[in-house]
Amino acid sequence: MNAYNPTNGLMKPDRPVGIAGYGAYVPRYRIPAAEISRMWTGGTGGVPIKEKAVNGLDEDVATMSIEAARNAMIRAQINPQEIRAVWVGSESHPYAVKPTSTIVAEAIGAVPNTQAADWEFACKAGTEAMQAAIAFVGSGMARYALSIGMDTAQGRPGDALEYTAAAGGAAVLIGPADESLALIEGSYSFVTDTPDFWRRAHADYPSHGDRFTGEPAYFKHVLGAAEALMTAVNRTPADYRWAVFHQPNAKFPERAAQALGFAPEQFKTGLLSPRIGNTYSGSTMIGLTAILDVAEPGDRILMVSYGSGAGSDAFDLQVTERLLEARGRAISTEGYIARRTEIDYATYTRYRDKLKM
Amino acid sequence: MEVSRHWRLQAQRYQLVGETCDSCGVKLFPPRDVCLECEAPAQELYTFTGLGEIYSYTTIYDAPAGFEHNAPYMVALIKLEEGPLVTAQLTDMDPSEAQIGMPVEMVTRKLRTDGEEGMIVYGYKFRPAVKELTAV
Repeated sequence: MNAYNPTNGLMKPDRPVGIAGYGAYVPRYRIPAAEISRMWTGGTGGVPIKEKAVNGLDEDVATMSIEAARNAMIRAQINPQEIRAVWVGSESHPYAVKPTSTIVAEAIGAVPNTQAADWEFACKAGTEAMQAAIAFVGSGMARYALSIGMDTAQGRPGDALEYTAAAGGAAVLIGPADESLALIEGSYSFVTDTPDFWRRAHADYPSHGDRFTGEPAYFKHVLGAAEALMTAVNRTPADYRWAVFHQPNAKFPERAAQALGFAPEQFKTGLLSPRIGNTYSGSTMIGLTAILDVAEPGDRILMVSYGSGAGSDAFDLQVTERLLEARGRAISTEGYIARRTEIDYATYTRYRDKLKM
Repeated sequence: MEVSRHWRLQAQRYQLVGETCDSCGVKLFPPRDVCLECEAPAQELYTFTGLGEIYSYTTIYDAPAGFEHNAPYMVALIKLEEGPLVTAQLTDMDPSEAQIGMPVEMVTRKLRTDGEEGMIVYGYKFRPAVKELTAV
């Protein structure tokens, strides 16, 4: 039994756990930020990323979660009937009332002996589900629990967020340590009531506090969680081969990484937002999958999510030998990013259901 | 929309669950409980791999009710690896990309929605095999 220490806040289960399988999903379509700028600024405005991923007409968080979950299952090679929780974190669940998670659980063959629920905490709903899955497995309530972060993010036409609000995400299957591709040493959560971004019920698009989304929101929580976790596990940035942060754009995660003392070779691999945009609940987790696609046994990974409203979850991971045989079983994250079809603003408005007829 | 009818077909729609014949081993999709080859009972469930190739295809411009939202879209006969021919939509591809014999894989997608307030129906479609693309 781990001694619970209220002063350092480290979340560590009694039984060691890790990632038994992982899978990414990025839809095929891309809209360049320059195309959005052409529409709203005559092409004169600066753009925060190169381009963002857009879901097709027949895709939503349920279908995208199913594909990521299938990739995680292929890598884990376990019987889906052994899963005891299927959790989907998103702010674009297809239904306001009716779980996405039961659709995913049904599609991967995990029903009916399983828990299922949808999670919500802006962009960190997926890592919340990961922490709960760690607890489920770490307490012995489940052998495996599936956590997914996936979004088809909403951006108001012409708003700054329209350049980045993207579609994609990842699934992470938590299991016992001895079956893990990466061990999870511990995690740490850091939250306050900070109104930097929200979407009211029945509103199509979110509202945000412009510059307020930086220092008191993203940086305070990301840096706070990262520093507290590293203190609790007694590590410094030099102990990590890789680091991945929530990526609402290209600039914020770079600044956060550098403020903490991480070098570009540690955070560039997981920094996907310049090429796929901000996949909201999927953002940090899909960055992790890109790292797992290339990491070596023994490598340590620091992962820090951020969700508006606001809070961060930080995780300390270490890659095991099992990753080497498992990762090639499913499509890599870069494989999905390479599958790219550029669309114009008109096609984008149709695919994103912005045309009201 | 008939909610119960869609619900009954979920296993085959979401996962391509068909049946296999106990006596001659033929795989059946959709499930029909009797082997088409030897007429023996065939009730053992079998989940198809979802891999196959385009046997033939067409493009639908004048879509039936409930599918207008996606037009134009492609419909194909898919020859599954295990044998059966399945009619399904193609997705994630332009009509110019489709070819007879093209390797495809099953994905679960939205088939249709019942207006703004009705249920969303999910099921199988086929897309160009991504593994094939990344291997090149």
